[in-house]
Amino acid sequence: MTETAPQSDGTFGDLVSRALGNRSFVIGLVITLVVVAMAAVSFFWTPFDVTRLVVADRMQPPSAEHWFGTDHFGRDVLSMIMIGSRNSIAVALVAVVIGMGIGVPLGCWAAARGGWVDEALMRFNDLVFAFPALLSAIMITAVFGPSAINAIIAIGIFNIPVFARVARAGALSIWPREYILAARAAGKNKARITVEHILPNIANLLLVQGTIQFALGILAEAALSYVGLGTQPPMPSWGRMLFDAQTLMMVSPWLALFPGCAILLTVLGLNLLGDGISDIFDPRARRRI
Amino acid sequence: MTIYLLKRLLIGIATLVVASLVVFLMLEVVPGDPARLMLGMNASDAQVELLREQMGLNQPLILRYLDWARGLLSLDFGRSYTYSVPVIDLIKERLVVSFPLAVIALTLSTLIAIPVGLFAAARRGKAGDTAAMAVAQVGVAMPNFWFALLLVYVFAVWLRLVPAGGFPGWSNGAWPALKALILPALALALPQAAILARVTRSALIEVLNEDYIRTARAKGMPMRAVLWRHALRNAMIPVLTIMGLQFAFLLAGTIIIENVFYLPGLGRLVFQAITQRDLIVVESVVMLLVAAVVIVNLIVDLSYAVVDPRLRARQ
Repeated sequence: MTETAPQSDGTFGDLVSRALGNRSFVIGLVITLVVVAMAAVSFFWTPFDVTRLVVADRMQPPSAEHWFGTDHFGRDVLSMIMIGSRNSIAVALVAVVIGMGIGVPLGCWAAARGGWVDEALMRFNDLVFAFPALLSAIMITAVFGPSAINAIIAIGIFNIPVFARVARAGALSIWPREYILAARAAGKNKARITVEHILPNIANLLLVQGTIQFALGILAEAALSYVGLGTQPPMPSWGRMLFDAQTLMMVSPWLALFPGCAILLTVLGLNLLGDGISDIFDPRARRRI
Repeated sequence: MTIYLLKRLLIGIATLVVASLVVFLMLEVVPGDPARLMLGMNASDAQVELLREQMGLNQPLILRYLDWARGLLSLDFGRSYTYSVPVIDLIKERLVVSFPLAVIALTLSTLIAIPVGLFAAARRGKAGDTAAMAVAQVGVAMPNFWFALLLVYVFAVWLRLVPAGGFPGWSNGAWPALKALILPALALALPQAAILARVTRSALIEVLNEDYIRTARAKGMPMRAVLWRHALRNAMIPVLTIMGLQFAFLLAGTIIIENVFYLPGLGRLVFQAITQRDLIVVESVVMLLVAAVVIVNLIVDLSYAVVDPRLRARQ
């Protein structure tokens, strides 16, 4: 993005004005909020009940009554997409929490401790990266049975080294700073310095990575559900809807159109949000690019 | 550089060893007796016991692991529980679909991404750059299997240019086979190309700020020549790194995409094996793919030395 960043004075108000001036951030935030709102609303209201099968209404094209049409069981596609968003968000979010919860402490530990701990952890990271994540997720769900929970675990495991790497790199750049030296001179131990000084300073990096992994998690969940290894029917999920739509594409192409758009928009929104956040916190780094 | 490569090689080998341990142990905890599975529910306990003995299932865990690992090294993966043929034969049969698919997809992705990256970098901040990067942003967010469905709808259902799925085999000539692989390869390549184009662009922009680029321009070298001859070569390291990482995604992607197009490749094999609980096939394919990723990453490490002579000299 080319807009020039306003003069930074480091206050919260300054941060907000920079955020509102950032196109990626605003568009990404709006899309993300719409998806989250859709998921929230689906808990107490959807246009139609998705557990009721109305065979008379099956495979209707989009209309005023059914905005996105109906599927082969007569279920309202819009209602299914709304409930599916809940599912996508839950899986991806918990996977991010697993990744952050384990990866960030490991990365901070490696940075603080250095030496063999650091080396061992980074080699372990290389190792996990050699497994294609989706392939391993497929194996995990194949062995332990397909379910949303196993999909979360499989995706979560592969978030761990990503966050460990980001946290370590961020922490390593903070440790040589003078205020850390001051904190050490004041007698704070490494754990306390990490919590009080390192973490707040790498929070933005973690936030950006969090949105990226969130987006990747949504894509992975959709792929797993599409091949039948993620969320199980009758719970609606975007990936599963696309699988069902595939055989019906000749007669009702809209069945494949809307769930796909939902995935695309959600992931696009999160990616823009991530780009925006990293712009806002580090305008110089981005302007060079 | 030699030391660096040796270190990478050791890490690659260690990765394979640990991977084999993980895969082996994971399948150990799976409930169900393979011998019972092969013989069916009507077999007597004595028959099952006999087969267990024959399959070596009664040996201690560590011996079975070593036996299996030795088998992997000589490409002897054992016999499929359901097909009763050597797993390696199944893999060979499927590899003639998956391997060309992955190679075509990687080639397409590179052929799309590098020119787009060059185009955008040369017009940084202008309309062409913004448009190209907006398209790339959408490409990154596109689930490849959904893109595959859209391609099927447009090119197979609507325009009827290519088959919607299935694979005629290579024996009926290369053209029908290639035609069946075009859409799957495109579906795999485009989201990867979007990522690669973004990386290429930012790597190039980094390089274009260097002094030697200004010198080249100042001595009157045309922009096009500067980009291709100086900038691209120097921007190759991050691009190659991402290409190596993408190969892993591509392999996993083929598993999903083969299911969209009903292609009889490794992905279909894995899924059939999963539903039939034919776990020896699952573990063999997983090991094969991990090995492929490790080898490709080693090739990427080697290629650094090819594009950057400075790395060759460094110890």
